[in-house]
Amino acid sequence: MRARILRVFALVVKELLALLRDPASRAVLIGPPIIQLIVFGYAATFELKHVPFVVYNQDQGQLSRELVARFAGAPSFDLVQFVYDQKTVEQSINNKSALMAMDIGPNFSADLERGRPAHVQIVLDGRDSNTAAIAMGYVQSIVTQFNQAQVVQHGMKPPPTVLLDRAWFNPNLDSRWFIVPGICGILTLLVSILTTGLSVAREREMGTFDQLLVTPMPPAEILLGKALPGFLVGTAEGTLIVLMAIFWFHVPFTGSLIALYIGLLCFLFAAVGIGLMISSLAVTQQQGLLGVFLFMVPAIVLSGFSTPIANMPQAVQYITLLDPLRYFLIVLRGSFLEGGGVTLFWPQYWPLLTIGLISMIVAGTLFRKRLA
Amino acid sequence: MGVIVVNNLSKSFGKGTSRKDALKNVSFEIAEGSMTALIGPDGAGKTTLLRLLAGILQPDTGNLHVLGHALPHDALQLQAKIGYMPQRFGLYENLTVEENLTLFADLHNIPEDRRKARFDDLLTMTALGPFRARRAGKLSGGMKQKLGLACTLIHPPRVLLLDEASVGVDPISRRELWSIIQQQVIREKVTVLLSTAYMDEAERCDHVLLLHEGEILAQGSPSDLIAPMQGHSFLLQEAAMAARALQSQVARLPDVVDTVIQGDGLRIVMKKVEPPPLPADLAVRGPSKPVPARLEDAFVSLLVNRNPHHSIPLPPATKAVANDAAVVEVKSLYRYFGDFAAVKDVSFSVQKGEIYGLLGANGAGKSTTFRMLCGLLPASSGTLRVAGADLRTGEASARARIGYVSQKFSLYGALSVLQNLSFFATVYGLQNRRKRDRIGWALEELELKDYIAMNAADLPLGYKQRLALACALMHEPSILFLDEPTSGVDPLARREFWARVNALAQGGTTCLVTTHFMEEAEYCDRLVLMSLGEVLAEGTPTEIKSRVRHADQPNPTMEDAFISLIEEHERVSRRAS
Amino acid sequence: MNRMRVKGLMRKEVYEIVRDPSSIAIAFVLPLVLLLIFGYGVSLDARSVPVAEVVEQPTYLTASFLGELDHSPWFRPARYPDQASAEHAMMQGRVQAILWLRSDFSRRSLSSGEAPIHLTVNGVDANQAHIIQNYVNGTWQNWLQQQATLQGQPLAVPVVADVRIWFNPALTSRDYLIPGLIAIIMTLIGALLTALVVAREWERGTMEGIMVTPVAKTEVLLGKLVPYFVMGMCGMMLATAMAVFLFHVPLRGSLTVLVGTAALFLLTALGMGLAISVLARSQFVAAMVAIVTTFLPAFILSGFLFDIRSMPQAIQILTHIVAARYFVAALQTTFLAGDLWSVILPNLLGLGVLCIVFLGLSVLRFRKRLD
Repeated sequence: MRARILRVFALVVKELLALLRDPASRAVLIGPPIIQLIVFGYAATFELKHVPFVVYNQDQGQLSRELVARFAGAPSFDLVQFVYDQKTVEQSINNKSALMAMDIGPNFSADLERGRPAHVQIVLDGRDSNTAAIAMGYVQSIVTQFNQAQVVQHGMKPPPTVLLDRAWFNPNLDSRWFIVPGICGILTLLVSILTTGLSVAREREMGTFDQLLVTPMPPAEILLGKALPGFLVGTAEGTLIVLMAIFWFHVPFTGSLIALYIGLLCFLFAAVGIGLMISSLAVTQQQGLLGVFLFMVPAIVLSGFSTPIANMPQAVQYITLLDPLRYFLIVLRGSFLEGGGVTLFWPQYWPLLTIGLISMIVAGTLFRKRLA
Repeated sequence: MGVIVVNNLSKSFGKGTSRKDALKNVSFEIAEGSMTALIGPDGAGKTTLLRLLAGILQPDTGNLHVLGHALPHDALQLQAKIGYMPQRFGLYENLTVEENLTLFADLHNIPEDRRKARFDDLLTMTALGPFRARRAGKLSGGMKQKLGLACTLIHPPRVLLLDEASVGVDPISRRELWSIIQQQVIREKVTVLLSTAYMDEAERCDHVLLLHEGEILAQGSPSDLIAPMQGHSFLLQEAAMAARALQSQVARLPDVVDTVIQGDGLRIVMKKVEPPPLPADLAVRGPSKPVPARLEDAFVSLLVNRNPHHSIPLPPATKAVANDAAVVEVKSLYRYFGDFAAVKDVSFSVQKGEIYGLLGANGAGKSTTFRMLCGLLPASSGTLRVAGADLRTGEASARARIGYVSQKFSLYGALSVLQNLSFFATVYGLQNRRKRDRIGWALEELELKDYIAMNAADLPLGYKQRLALACALMHEPSILFLDEPTSGVDPLARREFWARVNALAQGGTTCLVTTHFMEEAEYCDRLVLMSLGEVLAEGTPTEIKSRVRHADQPNPTMEDAFISLIEEHERVSRRAS
Repeated sequence: MNRMRVKGLMRKEVYEIVRDPSSIAIAFVLPLVLLLIFGYGVSLDARSVPVAEVVEQPTYLTASFLGELDHSPWFRPARYPDQASAEHAMMQGRVQAILWLRSDFSRRSLSSGEAPIHLTVNGVDANQAHIIQNYVNGTWQNWLQQQATLQGQPLAVPVVADVRIWFNPALTSRDYLIPGLIAIIMTLIGALLTALVVAREWERGTMEGIMVTPVAKTEVLLGKLVPYFVMGMCGMMLATAMAVFLFHVPLRGSLTVLVGTAALFLLTALGMGLAISVLARSQFVAAMVAIVTTFLPAFILSGFLFDIRSMPQAIQILTHIVAARYFVAALQTTFLAGDLWSVILPNLLGLGVLCIVFLGLSVLRFRKRLD
């Protein structure tokens, strides 16, 4: 038993040395994840700031100017210019100098004062439908606020009902709180796949894998020795990334660390398993890289990182069940924002363990089979 | 003025502390229409020199003129007139023979109307005519080399630079390659500069340049180089004792520079013009006869003189205990890759303490047989027993009894020498004291001490081979598999290597070796000769050679035997079909 | 530049492509599979959002309001008896939002007014939360209007914003995501094709043989670029055809502009791959760099998913070196708006500059030497 442990330990030490003594692979493993966390953490946000808009105000009254001022004063909107004909409105939307145009008719103030609904026409650029949809929401809420102020000012009868919204877990609906934990998951996946996805293919190309296979180590020990470095590097980088999310991006961490780490280990088990499976399927490093790539891109896109899984068609939703990142993102976001604990995440843990187990078994059998 | 003129050429790689001089102040000249051989140990700077002359490296200092073009400035003009064949000529494996030729014809701007004649000429010369439409990747090693040469000769070049063109090529293809090159020199007045590890090839050239650590150690015609050695070489034959045991005794005698087993006898090179002072018990069995010196004698003694502390290790004096137990048994072994039979009906058995050779060209099935023996590849049919077990299906612990040195000296390049040793010691289950002892042994015995902290990837080839051997020997295996351990290794390093293998065999370790160096067959106790997956002959070197002995060939070498046996085999199989 | 040499090199490359299935896979199978998965998988339109409805005292008023919700395609409502059980369901992720109508809802609505409708959303996915809030808000406004009309009273809403969305009135996110996805997929393909093939020639030793012929380095690069360019364009056409015929994204601009933009972008992407492989020389390093510098930056920094204007200034500047950024903007405009030169030209200019930088870097750093 002691000899077995020592052998596996020697293999782990060797793997880590091989990774960290080489300046190129050291740089690839440590640099990009940290830089990308910072850049993407700032870049990836669904909040709109500085939406440029133009105003075509045909009304002479005070009230239309008040409404425009409300928009111009909001942090989400930037008034580009006042325009004086419909044609310029069209141009500024077309050439993207404005995302939104406000068209206030000549009777706006007059209508308002007579107690008739005053219409303001809002034109949005739908080429980016998500931005347009978000901007539409902002417009509605500014208009609603304006209306409330008018109701109070003019002593009008309040509407029979009001809608009070409230958001759990993320009261200000800060999308960075949502995105940054997602990036943590993506980068942990990247690191663990980079560590393992090429390790067998590389050794196979160098011929050292044969050297390992003629030693008395059984395949299970080799598998373990190959998998553990992925765990170690993944845990270390995962911890670093999570710490940065908390202390750099100030994403609140409300859940239990234990639950998060159980999730991290389960996820690494699955990711490392898939990495080793790709690695032992590939005969050359080139194939290994292609494999890593063909796995990583769909895994990220279908994980629910940027677009919710619930929006996908049923068939695609079934495919996402195979994606380990899907489960880990739920654990990450749950731990950060929802205050979730171990019991809540059990439905995420077991699929990860199953994926890991199956891929490890496949990798183990491929170790010896793919030798022709 | 010569076709190639080199003055005070220096070239180094790397920066700071890792800076390494590849060439130091080299000057020489090569005359038009001559053949020059570039020889020297690994890392002497042969490849660097050829690459500089081809214009794909930039010299640090010094002048280089080829065909009157100054390098590296006029590289582009020059490259239209020269042919260069790198060590690993990269053929496009997915392209057919003809498509490869067409590509190089396009690159050299050969007009369409001249192509047909030139292609026909080259294909006839290389005997590749029937394979025009075959993909380069499907050619045998020898055919690939010939195609590479044909691509290099397409324009035709006025200067031909060849880097180890015949490494890893079987004797028949090697002869063909040589006849093509010699034709070029005679018919087209091509100037040839080639590097080689085979001294017999160098001996056929007009001029020899011996490089050592980036400097020219000697140059001149082969006879110039051999001349000072005349009278130093002797052959001791008809000795009653086994050549290996004889060698270990003779090598210990004073003033002996070099000993090589040759057939049943022993070739001895002396420091002075005196026969070896054989002790009485050896002398009575027969005196040593003086024989003409060879270039290899000159090569070895020049290098040994240069580095006296770095002499060839002596073969051990002890004699192994005789043991008839077969430790490796192979019976009617087959291996198919798809429809292709890589190994066909191979049977042999190896006794304990034997050095057993698998001889043959690339693609003969040696490595496939080895990989099956080591359990790396399942056999299609047949039985295999290594140390009483089938390593593929048996317990993992059975593998603790074998050591394996693969063709590429597979080491972890990013790990230091010590880290490699420590890793393999541990995976073989060595612990504490024993581990320390064995690592100490390896560093001492294989002279790796000076390189202890160096990354394995940065080691010179000869040291990589030693480290690979050390790693495979960590656990003192009873059977050692050595796959092409001497490929691309210079004559001195080859001697060191065989001395070590000898020592191991004397100590009772069974050694299985594959090689395509025919003269290395002489070091084996017994061997099989393989071609295209089949066994052509099995037995001791003497037995195999005696099979082809006849009036025209009274004293055949192993290479002669190999060629005759293959030709005979081809005749038989043709008649059968 | 010698035509015979370039033609010879191109012919060689074509043979290699035709006979090695892996580059065909990169050029054709990759866009097919990725576009299918992404095209169906990536959608920001929330449909059938599970919503918990808690009604403490059902009346005709609550029924009419909830009826409005039940008929909306956006929601999949489920009734919960009380707030606690609804909250529990939200904790477990079974519902995304809770609508709570208290027992005094109808009474207050009819008397003093301003009866509260409590909407609680799960804010973890802030974007989705916003969208749900907007949907509920829209539904509620409609309902208010209907109620007012029914009762013959003018509605006390002073200002009504009539929102019109140009180019994509239904706000189908697929219409704008698919052009973006094409840009990202082409980024991957462009870089993967060339990043590996040049490095592979160095590793296989074929480059050394080529180097010692009188071929010029621009000829070698051109011989590489043209065949992969043709292949990449075929992949691009495949993706466009899928976008138009499978995903029914309207193509309002002209095919000429689309092909022209794609050609320039592909040159840039191939140029980036070439530059990577020229600088790296080993397949391992080249592919690592290609993976790290292509997919995630294009995915996050191109403006395809996240609005560039909303990013911090420093990162906005950084996005200018992401070629996909220009292509995403140009493609979205060509597909959804038409040939609007005021948008397309600046993006073509940006692509052109990057293209020159990458190709120039490849030519400058590509040495016909080994050192």
